[in-house]
Amino acid sequence: MKMIVNGREVQLPESVITVRDLLEHFQLNKELAIVELNQSILDKAERDGAKLSNGDRVEIVQFVGGG
Amino acid sequence: MLTIGPYSFDSRLLLGTGKFPNFDTQKAAVEASETEILTFAVRRMNIFEPNQPNFLEKIDVKKYTLLPNTAGAKTAEEAVRIARLAKASGLCDMIKVEVIGCDKTLLPDPVETLRASEMLLEEGFIVLPYTSDDVLLAKRLEDLGCHAIMPGASPIGTGLGIVNPLNIHYIIEQANIPVIVDAGIGVPSDAARAMELGADGVLLNTAVSGADDPVKMAEAMKYAVLAGRGGFEAGRIPKKLHANASSPLEGMSIL
Repeated sequence: MKMIVNGREVQLPESVITVRDLLEHFQLNKELAIVELNQSILDKAERDGAKLSNGDRVEIVQFVGGG
Repeated sequence: MLTIGPYSFDSRLLLGTGKFPNFDTQKAAVEASETEILTFAVRRMNIFEPNQPNFLEKIDVKKYTLLPNTAGAKTAEEAVRIARLAKASGLCDMIKVEVIGCDKTLLPDPVETLRASEMLLEEGFIVLPYTSDDVLLAKRLEDLGCHAIMPGASPIGTGLGIVNPLNIHYIIEQANIPVIVDAGIGVPSDAARAMELGADGVLLNTAVSGADDPVKMAEAMKYAVLAGRGGFEAGRIPKKLHANASSPLEGMSIL
């Protein structure tokens, strides 16, 4: 499956089905990650179970230091 | 007590979390400042470099109210998107609206700031816009229903202090919501001056994170805010153009 994650095209294994799988694939901190799927922001409650499809555009952001 | 929307705070010092030399120093500075509100930015995770440390992992998040900003936004729509992302963290519902209109001065775009604030208020956010020291804009933001207004003392990161204390005075004088002087603070006396003018709080970042000793500066800022607030509450003496002796004039015949 191919998708755009944080502006970069990535090839993902078949085992990546949900957003939770995607976060685990990239070993990202699930507590900190905020996910937008095809320009729709996912609430914490619905995030992990959200299904991914070929061609999806995903943004994964977090809080960082700032004033 | 500083009250912003439904939240109340003992500390009137808000601290940014950018550009600290390292997390240990930052954590110590946050503790020394005794702040209860920490600002953050929202940025992409680096998907190819996982396990990068994040300051949120270093602190007890429950002890602080998080105030994410919309820094990076140049339009109201971009600011709204960042605010929604921040809220989706499930960590906060306050947002510092920051829509920069000029790369050189980093001054906020008043029109986009106003539009973003209006849109975010409609969505139920607790909205704290970072604005210039424009008096009428501050009034318009209050009229929209903003929960606090945050006029800049001087441009972000300059450390120039309050370049137009008269405007800050006018903004405070007319406001019925908290006024938090944000940006441009360089030294503790700047923070104290803002509080003496009657500001409800001060938000600063670089003055602490960029100091030679950030922990010591954080503590100094804590005292400056307390001293300035105390001076404001105590009520200053009027300024006079001529001297007025503080020692008694009676009993001088012994000389």
